[in-house]
Amino acid sequence: MSGVIAPTDALPPGAGRLPTFGRRSRAPGWWGMVLFCATEVTLFLYFIGSWLYLRGTVTSFGAEGGHHPALGIPLTLTALLVSSSITLRWGERAIRRGDTGRLTAGLVATLVLGAAFLALQAVEYAKQEHVPQADAYWSAFYTITGFHGAHVLLGWLMLAFTLLRHTRGHFTAERHLAVENTALYWHMVDVVWIMIVSALYLAPWLW
Amino acid sequence: MMPAPVTALFQSLTRQASGGRPSTQHTAGPAADAIARLGVGMIITAAIVFAVVMVLLVWPIIRGGSTSEDAPRVIDERRWEFRWIVVGGALVPMLILAGVFVFSLGIMRADGVPSSPYEVEVIGHQWWWEVRYPANGFVTANEIHIPVGRPVRIHLRSADVIHSFWVPQLQGKTDAITGQVNETWLQANRPGVYRGECAEFCGLQHAHMSFVVVADAQGDYDAWVANQVRPAAVPTDSSALMGQKVFLSQSCSYCHTVRGTPAGARVGPDLTHLASRRTLGAGALDNSRGNLAAWIENPDRLKPGTKMPPVPLDGATLQALVAYLETLR
Amino acid sequence: MSSTAERLTAIWEPPRSVYSWFATVDHKRIGMRYLVVSFFFLALGGLDAAFMRMQLARPESHLLTPEAYDQLFTMHGTTMIFWYASPMLSGFGNYLVPLMIGSRDMAFPRLNAFSFWTYLLSGMIHYIGITRGIAPHAGWFAYAPLTSSAYSPGYNTEFYTLALLFLAISTTAGAINFIATILTMRAPGMSLNRMPLMMWSTLTTSASIVMSLPALTAALVFLELDRRYGFHFYDPVRGGAPLLWQHLFWLFGHPWVYIIILPATGMVSMMLPTFSRRRIIGYDFVAMATVSTGLIGFGVWAHHMFATGIPHLAEGFFSAASMTVSIPSAVQIFAWLATLWAARRVERTTSMLFIVGFIVLFVIGGISGVMVASVPFDWQAHDTYFVVAHLHYVLIGMNLFPVIAAFYYWLPKMTGRMLDERLGRWNFWIMFIGMNITFFPMHILGLRGMPRRIYTYPGGLGWDRLNLIETWGAYLFALGVLLFIINVVRSQFSGAAAGSNPWKAAGLEWSVSSPPPPYNFVVIPTVASRDPLWDGHNEVGHPREERLLDESKETLGTSVLDAEPDRRLPMPEDTLLPLLLAVAITIVFLGLLFRSMLLGGGGLVAALLLTAGWMWPSNDREVTT
Ligand code: HEA
Ligand code: HEA
Ligand code: HEC
Ligand code: CUA
Ligand SMILES: [Cu+2]
Repeated sequence: MSGVIAPTDALPPGAGRLPTFGRRSRAPGWWGMVLFCATEVTLFLYFIGSWLYLRGTVTSFGAEGGHHPALGIPLTLTALLVSSSITLRWGERAIRRGDTGRLTAGLVATLVLGAAFLALQAVEYAKQEHVPQADAYWSAFYTITGFHGAHVLLGWLMLAFTLLRHTRGHFTAERHLAVENTALYWHMVDVVWIMIVSALYLAPWLW
Repeated sequence: MMPAPVTALFQSLTRQASGGRPSTQHTAGPAADAIARLGVGMIITAAIVFAVVMVLLVWPIIRGGSTSEDAPRVIDERRWEFRWIVVGGALVPMLILAGVFVFSLGIMRADGVPSSPYEVEVIGHQWWWEVRYPANGFVTANEIHIPVGRPVRIHLRSADVIHSFWVPQLQGKTDAITGQVNETWLQANRPGVYRGECAEFCGLQHAHMSFVVVADAQGDYDAWVANQVRPAAVPTDSSALMGQKVFLSQSCSYCHTVRGTPAGARVGPDLTHLASRRTLGAGALDNSRGNLAAWIENPDRLKPGTKMPPVPLDGATLQALVAYLETLR
Repeated sequence: MSSTAERLTAIWEPPRSVYSWFATVDHKRIGMRYLVVSFFFLALGGLDAAFMRMQLARPESHLLTPEAYDQLFTMHGTTMIFWYASPMLSGFGNYLVPLMIGSRDMAFPRLNAFSFWTYLLSGMIHYIGITRGIAPHAGWFAYAPLTSSAYSPGYNTEFYTLALLFLAISTTAGAINFIATILTMRAPGMSLNRMPLMMWSTLTTSASIVMSLPALTAALVFLELDRRYGFHFYDPVRGGAPLLWQHLFWLFGHPWVYIIILPATGMVSMMLPTFSRRRIIGYDFVAMATVSTGLIGFGVWAHHMFATGIPHLAEGFFSAASMTVSIPSAVQIFAWLATLWAARRVERTTSMLFIVGFIVLFVIGGISGVMVASVPFDWQAHDTYFVVAHLHYVLIGMNLFPVIAAFYYWLPKMTGRMLDERLGRWNFWIMFIGMNITFFPMHILGLRGMPRRIYTYPGGLGWDRLNLIETWGAYLFALGVLLFIINVVRSQFSGAAAGSNPWKAAGLEWSVSSPPPPYNFVVIPTVASRDPLWDGHNEVGHPREERLLDESKETLGTSVLDAEPDRRLPMPEDTLLPLLLAVAITIVFLGLLFRSMLLGGGGLVAALLLTAGWMWPSNDREVTT
């Protein structure tokens, strides 16, 4: 039948014992995190889909207090989260070159911005006049933003954990999968937030 | 559409004798007729497809074949792929499915709710059906009368959880959904009593949430309506009169309506013409004197979980109460 | 000097002890446990059914109270769908995937152990209720508002919601593990288009899980918030919508029914060519059909909702999509038929008999599926025994039958003992006949107007005799299952030795001993075609060091498309962390169940700490990733 791959001729000479970090492909751990993010994003898509479904089918949805939500805080929140993604990216790029100092700076900046996000989210909740038990609109509002907040918190803990490992010198130019994965997760949380802001806050102003 | 003998054969398979059996194949109205024809058509198609696939499957298994040769037969795999998979597995099924789809679509489109002067509101409760005739202003339960040969529009609502309204011999099912009004329609082409059922699981007594649709000739229908419109007659004999007092003084009136008396609650079925109905407890029991007494004494024993509580009464009081209820024709 | 095999054994096989029993991360042991536990759940679900059939044997029967019957059919459905059908296939996947792709373990062995423990513990939570007569009672799809606190106060529905949320963690982790494993750990030379077909179905299934399970999670979260905290997602009085539950549930539910059959069809695509002694015809078509079934499966959900009064236009769309999804199924069937026809001779082993049975039942169940996909027909058939017939034909036909076939085929690999073929024949015929006696009459009952989920029915409606026949059929079927159990147990004592390749099959798993050594492969093999053991390809010369990997617990990582060697993958040692984390999460769920902040909060903190411990490299070797 088909040809024979002699085990010695398919590979560049001198390959010998392979390193544990790959050159041609992503690590299993990277795939693991990508898939985990995929399932998380999907969860939020179903959340937002439910929101849109209720908006589309229930006429009273958002009648009380939901017509034109104030945009000040949510847009500030967005700015915080987006800039935290940027600082993280900045640090993450540095470690690829082995620049450990900049990674520290990036992680710390991201942690600060993330904490600011959580604090401001709490302010946003405190300002609401309705409780989740008011009606389905408020149930959904708190559930979706609350779940997102919990994800921010989890991401924040992951960042802190990464920083801790970093201080122990675990990461080098070649070996920093944990940094990459944490960053992936954080960016995912960021993207989800943008979807939430669009559906929950911006959409009512548009249609 | 289908040759008569085939339909007859099929009907005998889904055997159905006298009225009251809720078969989807022994239909009595245009909507169910059309679906039954579609069903027979699909079953015949299915039988042919099945037979062909079985022949293709079983033959290579039973045919035996040479054992000595170990190397696989040399065949032109591309040709085989095309013939078996592209033609047999994709194109032919696609054609059959397209046919099924087009027929179904036709029947579906023809099944739109027609306009009609006859409208009935049906409200599902755990576990009985409230039936309202808004044009005539009366309410009954678990029994719907319709004039033969006329489409009747049904507006479906639910008082609690989701139920599903289904009269197999007349029409497919439509759900009665909390917070939503759904529409369907019924038409019977011959007089008869057709069994209906709740088809969506709705809790403990989902099994006993049936009803009957009675298709009357126009005259009978009008007479029935005229009787239902009347408030309950004032009882004449003394036992019934005492029964009425019991009814009004006991808890009964907290839940039930008897028009013409102060009892006007809507928690349970309207009892104004209870005695004219065929069943008790949404098909749980036949409407007889004994059953009625047993029901009032302990509904939960006859229909475990029912929302009607037992009302403790001594024998004589119960007899009087039943005597009264018997007068509600 | 010790041989490579001895060195590897020392590295891969920790001494057997109580500790290693709880701490193992070996995919073979985990796979085996999945198989045993899910079979146990099959028996439990079957027991539920046995009681139900006893009740339904006669009209007006009072053996069971309505409350008991409702709990039984709910537990039966949820057990079978969630704790039997999918985990059973995960069991085969866990055991076989690394062997089939020439790897020494899964990508995340500890996560694999965690999946198993959470699976087991979630099943136990699910069954707490039945011991006190407060099991879930609203059916396996638990429509709101019947499940709201108003109509289902008490614990019953809590067990359903929380156990399923918990199980979702296990299933998602498993799916991610399968995808990462198949994408990055295939033996050199096993490019995507050379993968065994079962890998295509495992990939499709896992991707479907990742995309569909969150819909169930969302639905359950909403339900739990409604029930516990007075939210209003499903409450129409306060702006919610009961149909939201149905959309979310079936958006999950229909992909799920393909999730629980695609790996099984994948297994058939491995077994059937072996018994035809030739490679499968239409590999590309079967792979494509598998993937497209998974994809189109996301677009048909509302065919469960034809009676809810959604607009006719939408009904037409979902009807058309449901018919479309039948095409890939037909493609697969005809690929198998063509392979059988192209064979010189088909070996009539017990495995093969079950495969033939599978095809017969698949065709019947598939066609009844097409019938209910016709909107007007479904208005009549919906929520009747016709649907019960459909779902058992597809579930038993396409899940249980291939599973039994797979046991006859791969159990010899796992235990080294052959099952008895003569008993196997009895096993097959009794199950096959029993199955048809039990479930075929249900089609007729449905057409005669018998609704499903009724705990009793009046006599004289033309339902009595068929129900009695079905009950006898069910006991016959159970006898068949019992024969299977007997056959398995007997084989362990008196079964013939299997040897490494009893069926002369083509897959890599047949190149190692039965049962396989703890490290699976002495040298990571190379692959030059889709049928590695049939193509005459042999290892030439000395294996390169990069495929030997005998210095520490390692396996080989390869590139995604072409499977070129790329990295060493250090594999974790045995550890209790997966079990401890699963227990911590169980405590969180028990806290939710019994409304104890202490349990819930304590469990959560413990879970976070354990996760941190898990992520922290335990030695220098692990720092490397
Ligand atoms: C193993 C799981 C499984 C599988 C594979 C399927 C496969 C299919 N199912 Fe099924 N289904 C269920 C499990 C499954 N189903 C369950 C559990 C329920 C009930 C849920 C509940 O209410 O409890 C259900 C209910 C269900 C309904 C809702 C019924 C109702 O409640 O009213 C519908 C409606 O469209 C449907 C359709 C289909 C279709 C079109 C297929 C197709 O994929 C079938 C395709 C296969 C073939 C068609 C056969 C092979 C093809 C040939 C031999 C070629 C020739 C064929 C033709 C030309 C037609 N299914
Ligand atoms: C894979 C899935 C699967 C399987 C295998 C089965 C198997 C069986 N099912 Fe089930 N069934 C469902 C999935 C499944 N079912 C689902 C999803 C529903 C819908 C639920 C709902 O409406 O919510 C349903 C509903 C359902 C109903 C309808 C209930 C109703 O609507 O009121 C009935 C009625 O007869 C039934 C019967 C049976 C029978 C007799 C078997 C038999 O095949 C069982 C055979 C018996 C065994 C397999 C046990 C044998 C075990 C031994 C012999 C070992 C001895 C035991 C020990 C040592 C402990 N099932
Ligand atoms: C708490 C409310 C309640 C009280 C009190 C009550 N009922 Fe009922 N009743 C119901 C409900 C609800 C039903 C429907 C039960 C079912 O079918 O599951 C019902 C059904 C009935 C039926 C059968 C009606 C039919 O058409 O099927 C009769 C007769 C009846 N009640 C009589 C009485 C009498 C007489 C009393 C007092 C002695 C009484 N009820 C007290 C709620 C009540
Ligand atoms: Cu009402 Cu079922
Ligand atoms: Cu479906």
